[in-house]
Amino acid sequence: MTTTTASADTGERTVRKNSPGAARSPRRTGRIRRIGLPYLLLLPALLLELLVHLVPMVIGIVMSFKELTQFYIRDWGTAPWSGFDNYKVSLDFNAPVGDALLHSFLVTVGFTLLSVGLCWLIGTAAAVFMQDTFRGRGLLRALFLVPYALPVYAAVITWVFMFQHDNGLVNHVLHDQLHLTDKPSFWLIGDNSFVALLVVSVWKGWPFAFLIVMAGLQNIPKELYEAAALDGAGMLQQIRRITLPSLRPVNQVLILVLFLWTFNDFNTPYVLFGKAAPEAADLISVHIYQASFVTWNFGTGSAMSVLLLLFLLVVTGVYLLLTSRGRKTADV
Amino acid sequence: MRSIRAAAVGAVTMSLALAASACGGGSSTGGGSNDSPKTLTYWASNQGASIEVDKKVLQPELDKFEKQTGIKVKLEVVPWSDLLNRILTATTSGQGPDVLNIGNTWSASLQATGALLPWDAKNFEKIGGKDRFVDSALGSTGAEGKDPAAVPLYSMAYALYYNKQIFADAGIAKPPVTWDELIADGKKISAKGKSVLGAEGSNLSENIHHVFVFGKQHGADFFTPDGKADFTSDGVVAAVKQYVDLMAKDKVIPTGNAEYAQNQSVSDFAKGKQAMLLWQSAAANLKSQGMSEDQYGIAPVPVQSGTPGTGNQVNSMVAGINLAVFKNSHNLDGATKFVKFMTSDEEQKVLNTAYSSIPPVKAAQEDSAFTSPSNAVLKDTLAKSASALPQVADESQFETAVGTAVKELFADAAAGRPVTTESVKAKLQKAQQQMPTK
Repeated sequence: MTTTTASADTGERTVRKNSPGAARSPRRTGRIRRIGLPYLLLLPALLLELLVHLVPMVIGIVMSFKELTQFYIRDWGTAPWSGFDNYKVSLDFNAPVGDALLHSFLVTVGFTLLSVGLCWLIGTAAAVFMQDTFRGRGLLRALFLVPYALPVYAAVITWVFMFQHDNGLVNHVLHDQLHLTDKPSFWLIGDNSFVALLVVSVWKGWPFAFLIVMAGLQNIPKELYEAAALDGAGMLQQIRRITLPSLRPVNQVLILVLFLWTFNDFNTPYVLFGKAAPEAADLISVHIYQASFVTWNFGTGSAMSVLLLLFLLVVTGVYLLLTSRGRKTADV
Repeated sequence: MRSIRAAAVGAVTMSLALAASACGGGSSTGGGSNDSPKTLTYWASNQGASIEVDKKVLQPELDKFEKQTGIKVKLEVVPWSDLLNRILTATTSGQGPDVLNIGNTWSASLQATGALLPWDAKNFEKIGGKDRFVDSALGSTGAEGKDPAAVPLYSMAYALYYNKQIFADAGIAKPPVTWDELIADGKKISAKGKSVLGAEGSNLSENIHHVFVFGKQHGADFFTPDGKADFTSDGVVAAVKQYVDLMAKDKVIPTGNAEYAQNQSVSDFAKGKQAMLLWQSAAANLKSQGMSEDQYGIAPVPVQSGTPGTGNQVNSMVAGINLAVFKNSHNLDGATKFVKFMTSDEEQKVLNTAYSSIPPVKAAQEDSAFTSPSNAVLKDTLAKSASALPQVADESQFETAVGTAVKELFADAAAGRPVTTESVKAKLQKAQQQMPTK
């Protein structure tokens, strides 16, 4: 933090001092020094960025071109280069590995769309309802944020207990008390696991949407609503014509962030299902983990990770392009 | 101006420090040495009822070792769910413990990584020679024809644990010796409102141990003699189907067990909810859950017909824990000394008594502590009717792939979907396709 502000400062100073004409040779080294200084001060931050972000990514990409199996992990240098073999294996959808990856990808897309949609819907609805002041609003707001504040592991392991077949709370309520099912259902294995995963994901994700939309709502001027009310607009009309358009920039970021988080989520499925997720809830992050760590083939795992990275980059790029273009025309 | 210079100097220093630390990360790869002869790090597997129990068992012994040799051993008990990942990470980074416990079925897989010190004749000589150990235990220390990757530490075998009270209530005189008898007894037990047999349907390793034994009983192996995966032969399919059918068709395993993976079936048995349990060396675990030794009986695991033996009459895997030395250790001599200490006759008696396992060291096995009726069953099984899991480099992948297939089949059975020869074969086919191709 401090280094960047300092460099910005000196940057201005150099520009100001340089503008009046100056003598040559001694000044020249002085000039290099002055121009160089901001970059010098940026260097630690730059190196840290390299170390923390870029180096691991580059190593991951390099790994994806190697045949990094158990025979080579002790000394990576000896692992033979495999060209695009890992990618070919991952993308050959007629063969089992590629087919499983595609299945996992489709499950993840479906899951992400549903989860983000529900998170946004619940979060926005709650934020809109909580806009008016009433007794106990602060308490409710705090309560709503609890799932977001809880450590993931503690929260999800509680869900695991609740979803248990024999002694779980969910089956106790649905089957024993409400008699909605003929027999207790399995939530952690088989097809229902998708529902279980979705419930936990939405439960965990919507408070964030709530928080962000709530913040966005604070910026909408009260006068707009008053004017609309005078013109005879009802509650729904106000939401449709004022609230949602005003929230547009907030939503743009919110949806993107929720999408990336949900698509990449590893903790929730891993704690819920363990190493081998049921097919119906085989999210891509756990699938890649399984493909690399459990089968000890880190090359293929890396290739799948790179593919995932590319996909998310493309989606993010297209999304930002589309939404910002739409906004420009709306502004005009 | 002075402050700017100070900032510049600071920036350069910090950059240099960062660059240096970045380069420093990988410096300690390469071979082992004896650079730090006074300390050792030891990763123990979780053998007792909890990690705390393990610390209580092991710490006094480590203190004894320190008194004898002056080497301080830093103990870390690693839970089973993490152990293999931790070892893989240590292998990849070269930064690991000096001595570690491994599940004996991983021996060949870990041997292939080259991370563990091979136990050639010279190294074995340092700990008293190879012939101190029981043959069956040595059979699970690495691929055939190679120097073992580890030495046996604790030996265990599967047995049938049965609740005497439930058996008496159901009018069953003696424990079943064949699967047909077990299923027939199951009907009587179900009639009394108890569940019959426990299983850990979502625990991949447990699934593997059982289908491996069923495979033997059907005369089938999961690997061809030259080490290729062969999961879809008729024998293997029949074996896996017979195990899953205990839930799907014979209804002796309750459907709820399909999602068990945290030893819930042991708790069910200890609480008296369930009549039988197939488990390895469960005595200490049951005791810690409040079930006293006179409440249950212990018998050999049933076979297809008659008495346990070799070939089709195998009724257990050779279960156990091996002790390995990490090749990158900075105290190779100390590590070897520690292995010698842990496999000494005296320590073997202390440790195996605490964990209700059988010593893989011949002399220690003779001790009176291991002649109780329950230990006699385990010892007999190990000596006569246990078989080692395939000692191939892909063993670890096999556990995951086939273990997952069995887990999914249990899920099908629990949901009431039919488990047929075709559905079993399809799942095994999928598992086989996930195996590495060479």
